[in-house]
Formats: sequence, structure tokens, C-alpha cells
Amino acid sequence: MAEGGFAIHPMDQFVVKPLFGGDHVEFYTFTNVTLWLGIAVLAIIALMVIGTRGRAIIPSRSQSIAEVLYGFIHSMVEDVTGHEGVKYFPYVMTLFMFVLAANLLGLIPMSFTTTSHVAVTVTLALLVFFGVTLLGLVRKGPAFLAMFWVSSAPLALRPVLAIIEVISYFVRPVSHSIRLAGNLMAGHAVIKVFAGFASMAVISPVAIGAVSAIYALELLVAVVQAYVFTILTCVYLKDAVGDAHH
Amino acid sequence: MATEAHGGAAAEHAVGMPQLDVTTWPNQIFWLLVTLAVIYFVLNRIALPRIAAVLAERSGTIANDLTAAEELKHKAVEAERAYNDALARARADAAKIVAEARAEIQKELVAATAQADVEISAKAAQSEARIGEIRAGALEAVSTVALDTAAELVAALGGKADATAVSAAVSARLKG
Repeated sequence: MAEGGFAIHPMDQFVVKPLFGGDHVEFYTFTNVTLWLGIAVLAIIALMVIGTRGRAIIPSRSQSIAEVLYGFIHSMVEDVTGHEGVKYFPYVMTLFMFVLAANLLGLIPMSFTTTSHVAVTVTLALLVFFGVTLLGLVRKGPAFLAMFWVSSAPLALRPVLAIIEVISYFVRPVSHSIRLAGNLMAGHAVIKVFAGFASMAVISPVAIGAVSAIYALELLVAVVQAYVFTILTCVYLKDAVGDAHH
Repeated sequence: MATEAHGGAAAEHAVGMPQLDVTTWPNQIFWLLVTLAVIYFVLNRIALPRIAAVLAERSGTIANDLTAAEELKHKAVEAERAYNDALARARADAAKIVAEARAEIQKELVAATAQADVEISAKAAQSEARIGEIRAGALEAVSTVALDTAAELVAALGGKADATAVSAAVSARLKG
């Protein structure tokens, strides 16, 4: 702590606090999390509903964006999970739109990044995990468990591989959620640290330059992480609905 | 790390990672589930069907336009063929008319030529006759002139012209 004079609090931006007084956070309390989740909903409605209200054959700009997102996720679901997976497209689209909106809204200065919280990403990942597992069991029955039994491996290796497969299956929600929250939290914290350095005149040009550069990087990260989260969801979904695996 | 340096202000600033403060988890999870439900409802009920309909309509329109274009192209090809046919027919008609005209002209020409030939031969015969007359006249005149000239010549040379003898000599000469 050589720079004792600096007031750098990179983690402050992640504090969950009630918006209307009180310091006790009940599950129903209206907090900054609630606010930014609500803003994400409004942003999605603005783009996907109000932006497409023209229903034009020749789309407006906002309608083009909505169509591109639709086409992008729709073809991703179809390519990764096959034709059977298309009926789960609305769920995947919901996840993608939420993560994308939350990531991008989090880049607005002074905003709150809901997807930087493990509670949020773990919930998302567990929804996917349990959803896919139940779906697989319902659709395939006990045959779903055959994915742990690697039939292409030598018989002697199969029990070992089965243990590894089971472990990797249950680790999925962990990696799925920590990847998203970790990426966003780290990036935002780094921006905050550099922003704190900007209070010293000598290094402020460097610090502001670094903030700009990292901001650009974070913009990329926000989109890429939404993409990664979605395509992993599709890959997991494929186990439940696809016919070929491993 | 910075928060440790400013430990006194910990009430205002984050302690450690706010992400790991499990007392806020129920709140976040509850509102997240509400959010996801709303987004799912809005997308599934309104946005996605609308976009799907627009995309389907667009591809339908494009397919229709392509079909229409194909049809128009077909029509254009047909029209071109009809035009070419008409052109060929017109050309054939023109050739026929030209041939007829030529034949007619030929016929007229032959007739005119024949008539002209007849006239020419008539004229030639007439001319022949006249030339014969003239020649006969001329021969006569020549013999008369020769006779006179010979008589005059004989007289001028101091001879005494015997008309019969001179006439016989001139006739003999003229026959040559």
C-alpha cells in the first residue's frame, strides 16, 4: 500500500444495497440488483418488442439488430443441438438476452453488474444444469446415463472414465457460472483500480488510457462471455436432446 | 486490498468480496428468477413469434419475387421468340414480294424487249429498203455524173466525145 493516499475501492461497485433505506436485505427488498435487473428487462423489451414493432419486410435498424440476435442464437441452437433442440430455443434465447443485456449494462459507468455476482451466475448455471439433466432423464430415461459409460473406450477403462465423466458432469455448473462472474468481476475491478490511479496528475494520462483500453476489452468480454455462456448451454442441451455424444 | 488500507471506512466500503456475502443471495436469486420469468414471457409470447413471422414473411416475399422474376424472364424469352418469328415471317414475305416483283418486271421486260425487237426489225427493214433505194439512186447518179464527167473530160482534152463509146467505157469502169 505504497500509494496510501489513493482511495481505491475496486469492490465497492459490487456491494448489494437497498435502494430505499434500511440496511437489512430481505429477499424481496428493492435493491440495486433489482434496479439493474429491471433495467435489463426494459432494455430487452425496448430492443426485442418496441424495436420490432414495425414488423417491416425491410427492417429498421433496431429490428435488424433484433433479427440478427434471433438468427444468431437460433442457428446456434440448431447447429449445436440438432433439429430436436430448436423447441428449447426460447429458453436459450432468454439466457442469452439476459446475460448480454446485463453484461453490457454493467459497462455503463456507475451501474451495477448483476452478472458479476456468483449468486446470479450460479443460479443461471444451476437452472441449465437441472433443466438439462431432468430433460435428459425425461426424454431418454435411463439411457441418458449411458453418456457416462464411454462405449468407444476399452472395457477395462470404462469404469475409470465413467468416474471422470460423472465428475466432469457435476463440475459443469461450477465452471459455467464462475467463468462468467469471474470475467466480469475481474474486468470491472481492474477498471476501477486504474480509475483510482487517475487521481494522481502524473500518471492520470496513463491511467485514463488504460481505462479506455480495458473498457474496449471489457466490451469484447461482455459479448464473448454471453456467447460462451449460451453456446455451453447449447452443448449441455445437446446431451439431453441430441442422439450422438462423445 | 485497498479496503484493508482504509479499514476505518469499512462500513461504507466493501469488505472482501461482496459476491460472497451470502445474506444478499436470496435477494439476488429471487429477483433474478423474476427477471428471467419476465424476459422469457416477453420473448416467448411477443418478441420471438413476431421476429419469426417477419423472417418467414420476408423469405416468402423473396421466394415470391424470385418466382415472379422467373416468370417475367420466361415471358421476355417468349416475347423475344415471337418477335423473331414475326421478323422472320416479315423477311420471308418481303423476299416473296421482291421475287414476284422481279418476275413481273422480268416478264414486262421480256415483252417490251420482244416488241422493241419487232419494231427494230421493222424499222431496220424499212431502213434497209430506203438504203437500197438510196444506193440505187446513188449508183444511178454516179453513173450519170461519171458519164458527164467523162464526156467533159474527153471534150476538154480536145477529143470528140462519142456518146455511146463513153457510156460503154464508163459502164465498164463502174462495174470494175
